[in-house]
Amino acid sequence: MILDDFFIRALIVGIGIAIIAGPFGCFVVWKRLSYFGETLSHSSLLGVALGYVFSINISITVFAVSSIVAILLFLLNERTELTSDSLLGLLSHSSLSIGLLVVGYLSYIRFDMMGLLFGDILAVTKLDILIVWVCGGLFIFILYIIWQSLLAGTVNRDIASSENMSPRRSELIYMILLSGIIAISIKIIGILLITGLLIIPAAMARNISNSPIQMILISIIVGVTSVVSGLFASLTFNTASGPSILVIALILFIISLTPLKRLISGANN
Amino acid sequence: MAKEHNKIILELKDAGVYRSNRWLVRNITLSVSKGEILTIIGPNGSGKSTTAKIALGILKPDAGSVILHTNKIAYVPQNLAIDWTLPLRVIDFMRLTNKTTFQEITEVLDMTGVASLINKNLRNLSGGEFQRVLLARAIATKPELLILDEPVQGVDFTGEIALYNLINQVSSELNCGTILISHDLHFVMSATDNVICLNGHICCSGTPKTIVQSKEFIDLFGASAAQTLSPYEHDHDHSH
Repeated sequence: MILDDFFIRALIVGIGIAIIAGPFGCFVVWKRLSYFGETLSHSSLLGVALGYVFSINISITVFAVSSIVAILLFLLNERTELTSDSLLGLLSHSSLSIGLLVVGYLSYIRFDMMGLLFGDILAVTKLDILIVWVCGGLFIFILYIIWQSLLAGTVNRDIASSENMSPRRSELIYMILLSGIIAISIKIIGILLITGLLIIPAAMARNISNSPIQMILISIIVGVTSVVSGLFASLTFNTASGPSILVIALILFIISLTPLKRLISGANN
Repeated sequence: MAKEHNKIILELKDAGVYRSNRWLVRNITLSVSKGEILTIIGPNGSGKSTTAKIALGILKPDAGSVILHTNKIAYVPQNLAIDWTLPLRVIDFMRLTNKTTFQEITEVLDMTGVASLINKNLRNLSGGEFQRVLLARAIATKPELLILDEPVQGVDFTGEIALYNLINQVSSELNCGTILISHDLHFVMSATDNVICLNGHICCSGTPKTIVQSKEFIDLFGASAAQTLSPYEHDHDHSH
């Protein structure tokens, strides 16, 4: 079987995003930020709208808006007694409302909501590949630099800050990088798929892993496997590519809950 | 004990923290030198942990000042709730803030009696085992200032004595300043250099011998505590 060019491009971009999503998704799960993806997806409507207003690349405006939301979350977390989930709810719905107001004002634009939600991985360009791999490589490199303080802060913020790890700074950097990931992947795989790819492989990996590094590696493997087999499935059965990828990830998650788990993880614990 | 090294490592001057319309602690003045063990005792809610957090820089004082002469601090918090979405083995936890070698890790885990747990997941440890790992981690960072917030809670009786002895040993071997928050008045009286009795402010302070005779101590802990404690001397000549 000869693969069409667009399919190879989709594979390369998808694998790239799955690799980035692995480590960042693990921190989403560890830091209980699953709702953060949802918040960013709601705020991305505002980002997309602003992209149209100022006629600039929507990745840039989505990144700007998402980063602002991330910084607001960070500041509110410091200044109020509210927990992250309530704050995320607050930011999520208010940014969605502002986005809808802006969109209502721009009545001359037709929004492709399905595109925003699911993207179009089969329409990726060579530039998209370049952006995903270069930005992704940079993001992972920065994550590698802040790794120890971010992990220490995730385990216990008090220990981390009293032992010179500046956990708050790395947390802020991490959240801005996460906004960056959403921004580069929104056009390609859509907001639903990126949040799914952040959470589902990490959740699956948690079931069978014994250390942070192991969980990250397993979630990368799961993510890449889901992308590759999801894309092939969509080619074979003519299904929508994005949802196919997530369904494969879900199937892997379900398998990890079964007794098979003992075979994979061996004699751990 | 290495009292000749009198270099002060931490000073609090009139420090206070004001939250929700009240002073959690106020007018805390204390200092810790190298090789010194300073114990903070006091009833629940008297601000012991708050004082520790001021010293650690976790809480910024709303009044007064904190002067730290080191950045090598290790901390054993009172409550450590780890989120179990994060799989963490003892060995990963030991390397949380420092790049400790495998050999150093096994050595300190051996000192706290939990070397066999090195590859276990933290989740599967008992409360006492976890406490020993926490203490081992703090020691492994080779701190100049060690802050221990009830480090032996949940540890069995014999283990408790052994760990207190260990704290004593570590404090003189590393020549580090130690702040210990403890409920164990016996240890306090036998092995610490100075005691601070806290109840929102410093009620009394001094060496263990002088403090048991002070009126404030007797008011806070009762005459019977003072009586049972004063003659107590702990035996340090054996190990467990």
